[in-house]
Amino acid sequence: MDQAHAQKLKDIARDVRVLALSSMGYLGVGHVGGAMSVVDILTYLYYSEMHIDPNNPRDEQRDRLVLSKGHAGPALYAVLARKGFFPIEWLDTLNVGGTHLPSHCDRNQTPGIDMTTGSLGQGLSAAVGIALAMRMDGRKRYTFAIIGDGESQEGQNWEAAMCASQYGLDNLIAFTDYNKMQIDGTISDVMELEDLSARWAAFGWHVQKIDGHDFEAIEEAIEKAKQASGKPSMIILDTIKGKGCSFAEGKISSHNMPISQEQLDEALAALTEVK
Amino acid sequence: MATDMREVYAQTLISLAAENPNICVLEADLMGATGTKVFKEKFPAQFINVGVAEANLVGVASGLSSEGKIPFAATFGTFASRRAFDQFFLSANYAKLNVKLVGTDPGVTAQFNGGTHMPFEDTGMMRLIPGLTIVEPCDTVSCEQLIRLAAQHPGSMYIRLHRKGSQKLYDENAAFTLGKGMVLREGTDVTLIASGFVMVPEALKAAEILKEEGIDAAVIDMHTVKPLDEELVLSYAKKTGAIVTCENHQVTGGLGGAVAEYLSSEYPVPVSRIGAQDVFGQVGTLDFLMKEYQLLASDIAQAARAVIKKKH
Repeated sequence: MDQAHAQKLKDIARDVRVLALSSMGYLGVGHVGGAMSVVDILTYLYYSEMHIDPNNPRDEQRDRLVLSKGHAGPALYAVLARKGFFPIEWLDTLNVGGTHLPSHCDRNQTPGIDMTTGSLGQGLSAAVGIALAMRMDGRKRYTFAIIGDGESQEGQNWEAAMCASQYGLDNLIAFTDYNKMQIDGTISDVMELEDLSARWAAFGWHVQKIDGHDFEAIEEAIEKAKQASGKPSMIILDTIKGKGCSFAEGKISSHNMPISQEQLDEALAALTEVK
Repeated sequence: MATDMREVYAQTLISLAAENPNICVLEADLMGATGTKVFKEKFPAQFINVGVAEANLVGVASGLSSEGKIPFAATFGTFASRRAFDQFFLSANYAKLNVKLVGTDPGVTAQFNGGTHMPFEDTGMMRLIPGLTIVEPCDTVSCEQLIRLAAQHPGSMYIRLHRKGSQKLYDENAAFTLGKGMVLREGTDVTLIASGFVMVPEALKAAEILKEEGIDAAVIDMHTVKPLDEELVLSYAKKTGAIVTCENHQVTGGLGGAVAEYLSSEYPVPVSRIGAQDVFGQVGTLDFLMKEYQLLASDIAQAARAVIKKKH
């Protein structure tokens, strides 16, 4: 990846953070931490990787994304709005009655959302089903899935992991947003996931662990994942909860938090200052 | 005629898949029990066995459906409902997808698998899912027809499927519509509304017992428990003034609950409900269990005599 492209992605990601934070700030509450930690992977996927058409959200020849940690919806909505899937003004309607943007992803409400999620642990199974269908139909596109680290404690993920491996789904590339925090504390304190790489490898997946905020590393990892013939891929993203948001970064309390106007102003100012 | 209802299930799916490559069959290590190995042999690319993992079974089916596939996913009714309820609720139904979830071994037909495997609550749980269509075939003809209708229906369904043994109550040309009950026998004194392989024949037998006593009982096969055929229930409540519901399921939540809920607001007539009375299942032969849970024709006839006495 050349420097200019990396810088462009950084600029877009900052813009996405501003949009997502403003969107959650409008009602003064939101899943800030887990939304901010996936902004960079979403930015990379939608601006550098996925075949998608904002004018034809259900295009059969598109790549698919299942955001299994559905509470990070506001980050994805910001990306989709910026890509032109729907008017940017919709971002001010997050969680307002009658909105197209509910807190958790809904395939029937929002153009560009491929699967309804929200009850943790269900998205990877759906992604397995999508990848199987794509293979049945001979479509040479990828199914991407993003699961949370706390979410990885749900047993259904591991049912899906076995299944993807059994069926050799090399058209499935999953990411774990490993920000090391969950609602009740750190992952280690609540329910340890280490050795996470070894666990996925033991389930028959091709596994990589990278800095989830480094676009070059993401690009390289996805390219390697595509070379892993006959195996599904897990890319563990080493991330920081609340990344880039001054009042949330690195805080356990950022899972679902109130946002004051002062906090919002300060966070937006900090984001727009950093060039 | 097929030896087992499951043969009808598998053969109907084979016939459907021959015309429509989007038909998929999913199993969770019960391919042998459901009898779908023949489907796997014919259409290996459209067959998926997820192993003993019912949550994933329903999740994968949901993903397939989001790509336009028509997945029929089967497991025992206990697991289809209790084990994978949130997956079916959310990934399939809330997401407005098209998953045909098949719960086998309804109620007492679980026999020697006993209380752990005896679904008396599956239909009741499923009725709580908004917009879901729930069917329970009672014979080979209705089984084939309802599976065919399920494949055409644009939305998720729960299919309560009897596996072993077969019977034929309808002639081959019988025409079924989802949500429309079938009147098997006309009557004026009481209406027996039944569902499923075990209870529809018992209701017919009960009508014969009652006939000998001069009681004229109508019998309805309510193959679709949801949406309930309210029009039919109302017309027979008006016509006969008394109802007995007959189901191989708890009397709350399922067919009896649906009929009672509807009539209580629209046209209250006495309703007696035959079925499991707030109890768990247990092991036993079908004969033992039918007697134990008071599901026999004699129990239905007794309920009919009593409910007639309560008429306004």
